[in-house]
Amino acid sequence: MEFMEKWQEKRKKVWFHTVCFLFITMLLLAGCAEEGESQEADEEDGSQEDVIEVGILHSLSGTMAISEVSVKDAELMAINEINEAGGVLGKQIVPIIEDGASDWPTFSEKSRKLLEQDKVATVFGGWTSASRKAMLPVFEELNGLLWYPVQYEGLEASPNIFYTGATTNQQIVPSVAWLLENRGKKFFLLGSNYVFPITANNIIKAQLDSEGGELVGEEYTELGHTEYSTVIAKIKESKPDVIYNTLNGDSNVAFFKQLKDAGISADDITVLSVSVAEEEIRGIGAEYLEGHLVAWNYFQTTDTPENKEFVDHYKEAYGEDRVTADPIEAGYNAVHLWAKAVEKAGTTDVDKVREAAKGITFAAPEGTVTIDGDNQHLYKKVRIGEVTAEGQLNEIFSTEEAVKPDPYLSSYTWAEALTSP
Amino acid sequence: MKQGLGTINRESQFKWIVYMLILGMMLLAPLFLSDFRLMLLAKYVSFAIVAIGLALIWGYTGILSLGHGVFFGLGAYGMAMYLKLEASGGKLPDFMVWSGQNELPWFWMPFSSFFLTLLLIVIVPMGIAYGLGFLTFRNRIQGVQFTILTQALVLIVVTLLIGQQAFTGGSNGITGFKTILGYSLSDPTVKRVLYWITIGVLALLFALAYWMTKSRFKRVLLAIRDGENRLRFIGYNPAVFKAFIFAVSAGFAGIAGALFVLHVGIISPSMMGIVPSIEMVLWVAIGGRNSLSGAVLGALLINYAKTTFSEAYPSLWLFLLGGLFVISVILLPRGFMGLMKDGMQKIKKRRKREDANENNIDFTFGESKR
Repeated sequence: MEFMEKWQEKRKKVWFHTVCFLFITMLLLAGCAEEGESQEADEEDGSQEDVIEVGILHSLSGTMAISEVSVKDAELMAINEINEAGGVLGKQIVPIIEDGASDWPTFSEKSRKLLEQDKVATVFGGWTSASRKAMLPVFEELNGLLWYPVQYEGLEASPNIFYTGATTNQQIVPSVAWLLENRGKKFFLLGSNYVFPITANNIIKAQLDSEGGELVGEEYTELGHTEYSTVIAKIKESKPDVIYNTLNGDSNVAFFKQLKDAGISADDITVLSVSVAEEEIRGIGAEYLEGHLVAWNYFQTTDTPENKEFVDHYKEAYGEDRVTADPIEAGYNAVHLWAKAVEKAGTTDVDKVREAAKGITFAAPEGTVTIDGDNQHLYKKVRIGEVTAEGQLNEIFSTEEAVKPDPYLSSYTWAEALTSP
Repeated sequence: MKQGLGTINRESQFKWIVYMLILGMMLLAPLFLSDFRLMLLAKYVSFAIVAIGLALIWGYTGILSLGHGVFFGLGAYGMAMYLKLEASGGKLPDFMVWSGQNELPWFWMPFSSFFLTLLLIVIVPMGIAYGLGFLTFRNRIQGVQFTILTQALVLIVVTLLIGQQAFTGGSNGITGFKTILGYSLSDPTVKRVLYWITIGVLALLFALAYWMTKSRFKRVLLAIRDGENRLRFIGYNPAVFKAFIFAVSAGFAGIAGALFVLHVGIISPSMMGIVPSIEMVLWVAIGGRNSLSGAVLGALLINYAKTTFSEAYPSLWLFLLGGLFVISVILLPRGFMGLMKDGMQKIKKRRKREDANENNIDFTFGESKR
C-alpha cells in the first residue's frame, strides 16, 4: 500500500517537474531570442546605427494568412533589392516581422509593440480594412508611418498611412461605368457581410442611380459561407446583365462552382469581381472563372519591362509556381516608395518623410505610380481583365493615364450623400 | 483540533502575505515597465478577472461555460460605445456614416453617460446570464447540454454583431478612442492610473470571490457540484443558486471586458468568438480550476507566454502555445495549483508523521520549534 502511494507521489513529482521544466525552457528560449535581437541591435546602435529597422505586420496565421504571406514575401523581396543596391541612406534595412494572426486587436497590439518597443522607422502591413482600422489609432497616437497595400473602400485619409492599393475611384467606380457602357444596365450586387462590400455597394447603388443603371438584387453572405443555391435562384429570377461580386475568401470558390453547375456561364451573365486576383484564381480553378472579369490596377500579365523583372524575381525567390497579384505588387511598391522618400528626406523621421513623400514617383510593375500629396494615396491606372483558360488575366480595358486618387469621391456629385451624414 | 486550527491560520497567513507581496509588486510595476509592456500587463490582468469568474462557476459549482467571450464582449462593447461617443464629440460615430446610418440607434443613447455605462457594463451581462441560466437550470438542463447552449449563445451574438454593421461596427468592431471623461487615453499618466484601477478591481473582485468561496454559500455551490439531486431533496432550489453564480461570473467577465477596451483601445467580434471563449476556459484549466489564485495565475502565465512566443517566433508560436496546452491538459489535470496543493499536502503529511514519531503532544508549539 505504502509503496503504491509513494510510487504515485513520485510519479506526480516527476510530471510536475517535467512540465515546469518544459514551460520555463520555452519561456527562456523565447526570452533569449528576444534578448539576442535587442543585443544585436544595441551593438549596432553602438557603431553609429548602420541599420534601419522597419516593421512588417501581416497575418502569418489564421484565415488571412493565405493572402497576406505573399505580400510579406514581396515586401521582403523589395527590402532585399534595396539592401543589395546599397540600402537606404547608406544603411541596410532590417525587417522585424510580427504576426497579426488575422485578429484585429492583435494588429493593434503588435503595431504598438513595433512603434513603442522596437522604434521602427516605418511599418508595412495589413490586408483587411478591419486590421487597418485597428492599427490607425495606434499610428496616429504614436505618430508612426504605415504603408497599407490593398484596395479598399475609401472614405479615409489618415496622415499616418500611405495607401498603395486602389481607392474606390480607381477600381470600383470606373469598372461600374465600363460595365454600364459595355455589358448592360441591370446589376446584381453580391458580397460578404462586412465593411468593404457594404460600403462598396452603397457607392455602386448611388452610381447606378445617377448613371442610369438598375439594381435588381443585393445579397450578403457571411465570410466563409459556401451554400449559394438560394442566391443563384434569386439571380436566375432577377435576370441581371452583370453580377458585381465583392465576396471574399473561400466563398468565391463555392459561388463560382455552383454558378457554373447551375448552367450560368460568362456568356449569359458577366461576373465582375474585385477581390479575385491571380492567387485566388489558382485556388478557385480557372475553368470556373473563364470569361468572367476582374478589376485591378495590376495583373501578372501587365506588359511593362519593370513587371517582367518583378515577376522573374519573385518566382526566382519563392518558386516557379507562385503568382504575383495586385496586392503583392502594391506591397512591393510600398517599400520602394518609402525608401525613395527617405532618401529624399535624408532621414527616417516620420514628419520629414511624409513631407518628402509628396509627389514621389516610382517606376512600378503596373506603370509609373505617384504619391498624391493631398491624401497619401497613389495615382494608378485602372485595368479590367478577363480570366483566361490558363488562369491568367487578359487586359481588355485600361485607362490611358494614371487616375488621381479621390478617396472621398468629392469629384462625383452623386456621392455627396455617402460621405457626409 | 488545536493543531488543525493552528496550521490553517498559519497557512492562510502565509497565503495572504504572498498575495499582498504580489499585489505590491503589481502596483509598483509601472516604475519598471515601459508603457507598452504595462499595457500588456494590464491586458493580462483584465483576462485574470474573467478567469476568477470562470473558476467560481466551473471549479466551485461544476458549470462549464464556453460562452464567457460573450459576457466579456458585452462589457467591452459597453465601454467602447461610451468611448466612441466621447471621441465623436456629439456627432455620429464614423462607422455609422460609412454604413449609411443617419441617426444614433436608441440602444446607444444610455452610453453617452459614464455612470450609466458603468452600470450597464455589469448589469447587461449579468441580466443575460441570469436569464439564460435560470431558464436552462430550472428545466434541469445541466452538464454538457448547458455547455453547448453557451456555445450557441456565442454564435448568435457574434453573428448579430457582424451582421448589424451600421449599429455595431461589424467585423471591424469599434476603435478610434481618444479620451475618457476628458482625459486623453494616450497620456502616460492616465494609462498608469487606469492600470492601477485595473489592479484595484482585480484585488476587489478576488476578495469578493474569496469571501464567497469561504462563506456558507460555498457549501451550497459545492453541494450543487457534487450532488445536485440530494440538495434538491433537502429542500434547496439549485436553479436559483446556479443562475445567480453564473450571473456573478458573467458580471466579472463584463467588468474585465470594459477594462480590456480601456487598455487595448479596440474591441471586435473576433475577441468574443468561440475560440477566445475556449481559450478563457483553458487559462483556468491550466492554472487550476479549483482555486481562485490558480485561475489568476493561469490567465497571467498563458497570456504572457502567448505574447513572448509570438514575438520571438512569429511563424511558429501557435504550435508552441498549442503544445503547451496539450502538455498541461494531459499532465496536469488539476492545473498548476492542483500540483502545488498536492505538494503542500505531502509536506503536511510528512510533518505529521515526524510529529507523531517525536511523540510531541503540544502540536501548536511543536510547529514553531522546527
